Amino acid sequence: MEPPSIIKTEDVHKSFGKNHVLRGISLDFPVGTTTVILGGSGSGKSVLMKHLIGLLAPDEGRVIVDGEDIAKLEGEELTRLRAKFGMVFQWAALFDSMNVLENVAFPLREHRKDLAEDEIRALVAEKLALFGLEGIEEKYPADLSGGMRKRVGLARAIVMDPKIVLYDEPTTGLDPITTDYVDEMIKRAKDQLSVTSVVISHDIASTFNIADRIAFLYAGEIVAYGSPEDVKAADHEFVQQFLGTWFRKN
Amino acid sequence: MLAFVAVAEDVEEKPSVAVTLLRSPFESLGTGFVETFTEIGETSMLFFQSVVWMFRPPYRIGLFLTQCEFIGVGSLFIVLLTGLFTGLVFALQSSFAFAKFSAESLVGATVVISLCRELAPVLTGLMVTGRAGSAIATELGTMRVSEQIDALSTMAVSPVQYLVVPRVLAMTIVMPMLTMLFNAVGFVGAYVVSVFQTGINEGTFMGRIHQLVTFSDLAGGLFKSAIFGFAIALIACHKGMNASGGSRGVGLAATRTVVAGSVTILVLDYVLTSMLLVVWD
Repeated sequence: MEPPSIIKTEDVHKSFGKNHVLRGISLDFPVGTTTVILGGSGSGKSVLMKHLIGLLAPDEGRVIVDGEDIAKLEGEELTRLRAKFGMVFQWAALFDSMNVLENVAFPLREHRKDLAEDEIRALVAEKLALFGLEGIEEKYPADLSGGMRKRVGLARAIVMDPKIVLYDEPTTGLDPITTDYVDEMIKRAKDQLSVTSVVISHDIASTFNIADRIAFLYAGEIVAYGSPEDVKAADHEFVQQFLGTWFRKN
Repeated sequence: MLAFVAVAEDVEEKPSVAVTLLRSPFESLGTGFVETFTEIGETSMLFFQSVVWMFRPPYRIGLFLTQCEFIGVGSLFIVLLTGLFTGLVFALQSSFAFAKFSAESLVGATVVISLCRELAPVLTGLMVTGRAGSAIATELGTMRVSEQIDALSTMAVSPVQYLVVPRVLAMTIVMPMLTMLFNAVGFVGAYVVSVFQTGINEGTFMGRIHQLVTFSDLAGGLFKSAIFGFAIALIACHKGMNASGGSRGVGLAATRTVVAGSVTILVLDYVLTSMLLVVWD
């Protein structure tokens, strides 16, 4: 039996000026699954993800998170709903003015007032260690490599043990070993913590490694959706061209 | 059917060159109006949001003090320098002009009233816009384009409460302090020029100030500077938080902050002066 959806988009449309970016997106994101939104540059992937967490509101349609229309929430209600999310940004989006400890501890210090400072430090060290980042707490983002920044971003996203984690191109700019590591982390989060993951990617190898479902976005529409095998067998010309660039070589 | 409509929109006929030429001035004018009113509307929205978040916990005292230090201490040198030279030059010009009808005794009072009512709040406002306003727009603009503001939102922290409120409050409180210092060094400059350079009697200089300058002159100027501070911070935060298009967008946000901030100070100065004249009279 199919697990219930924790996020659901219903006929979502979004335009910026004359640019119609999303053209009727309807998708389900079942609890505890990893859905990868695959597509080329400029296909609307990041815009779709920003709708899922309420950073953008749809012009038409609805985004339902845990039974609530996120675009209609404000203030405390939106805060409560967003506390269920962790988000990993494409370029990590670490706060420049804070060191690694302050960055990773930020959500804890904002929302877990019950934790003592040494408990926060211990939690931060634990999450950093998960990504092989011991002893960098005092460093600033400017002192870190792109890959390290990304892993700090991952640690910050999961430090509150969220129910849903959104990953905006988590493997872009990482070396193959770190890419494998990040893929394993996403799989482990799903298997051990029942986290629902939504991943935006154009990395085909990584997608087929982690995805339970793939939604292929092209020109603002979902042109293929289903298990990795279903999408691989889709008869859409662009999907075949896109996937062929990798499958022909491997 | 939907697909057909979409295709029809895509192949919309292009207007002729003559129509385009005729239409373009009206289009530019209309676009300008729409953009200006959109900006005013968005900044007003930010104003209301800031006021609401100002009274909601958690109160971010640390961030507020950091901003006070950045805006106040950081702008101190340029404000003091401007204040000193304004006092020096204004006293020199006044002495020269008043000497023509033997009214040199009025130099001190004229300079001090002008400083308190107009020069100190307006020039401090312009200096702070250039120095701190542009820096705020650049910092928030960089945070916007590198998705740090989005990251704040996703971590269920209001960017208005975390970023805008401390800056707006700090600027509103620090601006009158800087204006007061501008007044002080401007007065010292005027005193030095009048007493030591142009030879006005010290007793006459100070006596006229005591006789003609009132507390409301000083208070009115400080009130204006607080309003200027609030406006500058709001404009800088709005421009920064709405920056887009990478480093060019950040640069544009800083430039637009200086232009919009300066114009706003001048317009607000006229409006506030019109109101305060009732008190001053």
